[in-house]
Amino acid sequence: MSDNLQPRGADDATFAQPLYTPIKRRSFFMYAGATAGATALVLAGCSKDSDPVTTSNLINVGSGDTGVLNYAYALEQLEAGFYTALRDGAYYKGLATTSAERQILDDLYYHEVIHREFFKAAITSGRISDSLKPDFSKIDFSSRTSVLGAAKAFEDLGVAAYNGAGQYITSPLYLTLAGKIVSVEARHAAIIRDLVQEGSFIDNSVVTLTTANASASASGAGPASSSVERSMTPNEVTAAANAYLADGSKIDASGLK
Amino acid sequence: MNIFQIISEIEKVDPEVYDRLDSRRSIFKHMTGLGQKLSAAALPLAVGAIFNKAYAQTPVGATVNDVLNFALSLEYLESYFYQRGQATAALQAGFSATNKAALDLIRTDEANHVTFLRSVLGTAAIADPGAATFDFTGAKGATPTAANAPFLDVFTNPLTYLAVAQSLEDTGVRAYKGGAPLLMSNKTVLTAALNIHSVEARHASRLRTMRRGGPLNNTASQSPQSGTLNASPKSWISGTDNGGASPAQTAGIYGAGNNTGAPTGVTFDAESNTTQGGAALTGLPNTTGFPAAAFSEAFDEALDVTTVKAIARTFVVNGSTFLA
Repeated sequence: MSDNLQPRGADDATFAQPLYTPIKRRSFFMYAGATAGATALVLAGCSKDSDPVTTSNLINVGSGDTGVLNYAYALEQLEAGFYTALRDGAYYKGLATTSAERQILDDLYYHEVIHREFFKAAITSGRISDSLKPDFSKIDFSSRTSVLGAAKAFEDLGVAAYNGAGQYITSPLYLTLAGKIVSVEARHAAIIRDLVQEGSFIDNSVVTLTTANASASASGAGPASSSVERSMTPNEVTAAANAYLADGSKIDASGLK
Repeated sequence: MNIFQIISEIEKVDPEVYDRLDSRRSIFKHMTGLGQKLSAAALPLAVGAIFNKAYAQTPVGATVNDVLNFALSLEYLESYFYQRGQATAALQAGFSATNKAALDLIRTDEANHVTFLRSVLGTAAIADPGAATFDFTGAKGATPTAANAPFLDVFTNPLTYLAVAQSLEDTGVRAYKGGAPLLMSNKTVLTAALNIHSVEARHASRLRTMRRGGPLNNTASQSPQSGTLNASPKSWISGTDNGGASPAQTAGIYGAGNNTGAPTGVTFDAESNTTQGGAALTGLPNTTGFPAAAFSEAFDEALDVTTVKAIARTFVVNGSTFLA
């Protein structure tokens, strides 16, 4: 109930209100207390932080805070790998050293490598592979359209991924760290989009301007005309990211929930 | 042990104890760190863990609604700013078509954020403060002059308008980031706030791009950064950006905040910070030769509620308690 974010209207008075009264809460704890006292409180169904394992050729990021950090690490490896490859490509090499695009693509390369190395240092146990192998065969690094189109896809995906995974973090510190990174990714996404098409730093494909968020993630979904980012579930993100990861390096984030 | 009685006792000194506990539907998730199975003998410890979580994450007095209303206050500030500016024809004449369209879109977003947050808060939403609450010249309601109004020409000079806009958006990004840990008890609200946070960051990026290119530039994104960061910022914050668009008024937007009462492990560092989660970024492998600025640029920083309010009140008229 309280996890469904809906504009509160007149229905509230007759429908949701009773669930919020102190009496009901008290009843809940009476039940909880009775159960615990009588038998034993068994939380067998609850998830437990687990180490990442490789199953059916997918690299499982695990669960809990470590899982979210691994998930972010995988995406940062992908982004850093992309900008590294980009700088070896003909399009980048043809840019004037004083051009805005060169300045921007250099900075994005620095930032994403720093993000990658940060997660590598921060995840001290249970870390996934440090050498995920990307597959950029669909990207033409000599083409401006292809290069900037891919950058736009990666940056938008990164924002949607961090936003959608924030709710799975239990540590205020990790949530804040994720917030520190996601706003930089959003700044990246905006300028890359402006390079692709001036003024497209926001449009309905990434923000709920004219249509609601259709993500499978009901949590935090925005209605039409709410102008909130279209966050994505881990499974939606991995479906997109895995298209750019080689076999054996594709990730499974289904443990984040 | 009578857990019911314990909670009842707490209620006497903290009427919101039920909100603290009940609003956390993931409450049992917090306990999983103690093991998959909790025996009756272990329960006192587990209950202690519940209360520690509930009280550690939400400072007494700061409910989810408080944080949302704080966010709503900032959205009103932004919304009234763009509403006035985008309706001022003389000012708009100073913008290229793409820049005007971008500013119109940002105005729409901020108005949408106000409506959305009001819908989430329902009857708990603060009252609309009204346009008269704000004075974007910085004169705080007095007759603006060159002496008392640092942004005297905010609605006549496109450069000043963009400078104030960037300042508001950069502040908003830091404010949402600082508020996020206070919303962890409600995943839906947290996600909604994160989804607004990144939109504010997109706005900040675009405004910075426009300031690099200049108001009349129709392809602002093609203008490289050159000269001072004050007048020609990158699309992200580099160091402390030399104090921002107008250092005498905006330096605080890029400075450190107040760590009193901060959530566990969280500090409100200046934007020039290069230590994250205890890791010194400048010593990381594979970053040899990176420019020093890149290490601070890669991470934005959060800001506490008190510091944000002080910054925002630059634009609130004297005598108003808004954002006080």
